[in-house]
Amino acid sequence: MTALLRAEAITKRFGPTLALDALDLEIGQGEFFALLGGSGSGKSTLLRIIAGFETPDSGRLLLDGTDIAATPPWARPVNMMFQSYALFPHMSVADNVAYGLRRAGAPKAEAASRIATALAMVGLSGFERRRPHELSGGQKQRVALARSLVMRPRLLLLDEPLGALDAGLRERTGFELRALQRETGAAFVMVTHDQEEALALADRVALLDGGRIAQVGPPREIYERPASRFVARFLGAANVLEGRAAQDRFDCPDAGITCAGAIPADTVAIALRPERIRIAAAGEGPNTARGIVQDVAFRGDDSLVLVDLGGGTTLRVAHPEEGGPPPARGAAVTLAWEAADVVPLAS
Amino acid sequence: MTRGRFVRAALAAGLLFLWLPILLLVVYAFSADRIPFQWGGFSLRWFSALAANERLVEAALLSLRIAAGAATLAVLIGGAAGWALARFGPFRGRAVFGALIGAPLVLPEVVTGLSLLLLFVALETATGWPQGRGALTVLFAHATLGAAFVAVVIQARLAETDRSLEEAAMDLGATPFTAFRTVTLPLIAPALTAGWLLAFTLSLDDVVIASFVSGPAGTTLPMALFAMLRLGLTPEVNALGAVIVLGVGAMLAVAALLLRPRRG
Repeated sequence: MTALLRAEAITKRFGPTLALDALDLEIGQGEFFALLGGSGSGKSTLLRIIAGFETPDSGRLLLDGTDIAATPPWARPVNMMFQSYALFPHMSVADNVAYGLRRAGAPKAEAASRIATALAMVGLSGFERRRPHELSGGQKQRVALARSLVMRPRLLLLDEPLGALDAGLRERTGFELRALQRETGAAFVMVTHDQEEALALADRVALLDGGRIAQVGPPREIYERPASRFVARFLGAANVLEGRAAQDRFDCPDAGITCAGAIPADTVAIALRPERIRIAAAGEGPNTARGIVQDVAFRGDDSLVLVDLGGGTTLRVAHPEEGGPPPARGAAVTLAWEAADVVPLAS
Repeated sequence: MTRGRFVRAALAAGLLFLWLPILLLVVYAFSADRIPFQWGGFSLRWFSALAANERLVEAALLSLRIAAGAATLAVLIGGAAGWALARFGPFRGRAVFGALIGAPLVLPEVVTGLSLLLLFVALETATGWPQGRGALTVLFAHATLGAAFVAVVIQARLAETDRSLEEAAMDLGATPFTAFRTVTLPLIAPALTAGWLLAFTLSLDDVVIASFVSGPAGTTLPMALFAMLRLGLTPEVNALGAVIVLGVGAMLAVAALLLRPRRG
């Protein structure tokens, strides 16, 4: 992977608030990258720095090896799709899409064919004369996409691209975004607070926390191998158990359980995904636990079972439909998992 | 329904209270009688007499020129102030600036007029400009008042305009100036026009401030009217009033139309 964009030790403060803390990041050519984080994590600030709307206090931002940290937004080969779409309300769809080409002084005939291609790409041919207020939310989003893509950016920034769409449209639009990304070969950098969206769409995900990157990697990797308690909790509510590492095992005194496996000495907690825990008939020893079913919630393809282990610890267990009916509330159950599914967390 | 009838009666009483005097003025403008409040049959003679009254026509033309100049200046100054208030974020002294901009809206005109007179006199003593007082000083004074109105109107319009529109324009290659010209300006143009019309109307009907800061060569229409009062009224004044009511009414209607909430 060749790096298209490289951020080196980017720091940004807003008054007393440290929005980005010496952040390093590399985004490859033609990569679909997601910046994931809660509010205040710095993800939007980073996006605005890449677009040029904010200037970092220190650090370098290299696009193809050239430092663009001081380049104004209108001179960067980077385009952005805004969360509000920011369509110009006084212009037709075609004029919105033409705006950037006009600024670049593209010849009329070339501009016309590029506008037609861009609108066809997002499935809005025939909408040229409409005004933004005559469009649905999904159509507005497509116009915003076409307006950015017509500029043929090397890097397209997307601020919460699916955020304003209703649930039914999100999945379809997500697939369409990926198809557009493959078709154009541009690198897409998306900001989102929704971990499902990030995991589903991106080739790589960076999870931000307090202006730093908590973990970066392919979705499966950061989902299955979270590096810290924060990552494990943020990505789909894994069970996180505190305790002490010992020789090849991890003791959780509160929950009264022991996990055996390859546990590094610096492990401070372990993560156990709900879908990796089985409700077993019987069992004893390491990688098992006994508890009382506190509650059961049916979720369609599985049921979420809350099991109280005592000592203030509750495990979330995903019980698949094909595993038969879930245990009833109040039942005593035995839980078991594989040593390989225990994820040691160093921080 | 009693409640409906009561509301309707209250509305009618309110409208009558506001509009009866103006209605009478317009009606008597078409009266042939020489006494301004006596009906003597329908006639347009006072309108032709008005057109022939050089002093009044001259004052009216001067008033229109002052109003146009003051409104234009007010749009430039007030527009910039409103833009700063809406777009520069929390800058140092923003609250004070906002309050100061709005002050002329609530300050008694006597105070505004007097303070402006003092300013012009002090300026002339210090720099030799403006030489005496007249149409120019009235224009500046009215621009001050109008700028306050324009600033408020522009700030309100910008506050409801998505800031990312300007950013989107810059993202697509527009310099800040081009972004302002092609995106911001078209979006606030109705508010600018409405602000201009408001400032124009304000200038046209002001007599208090004008009396303070005007000089021998700066008799505006309202000032001329007051002077006529002392010599006794003629129905020409009614005719003039009718013309003004029509003109101002039309302008306020246009301003209201331009300031109505946007679609979509």
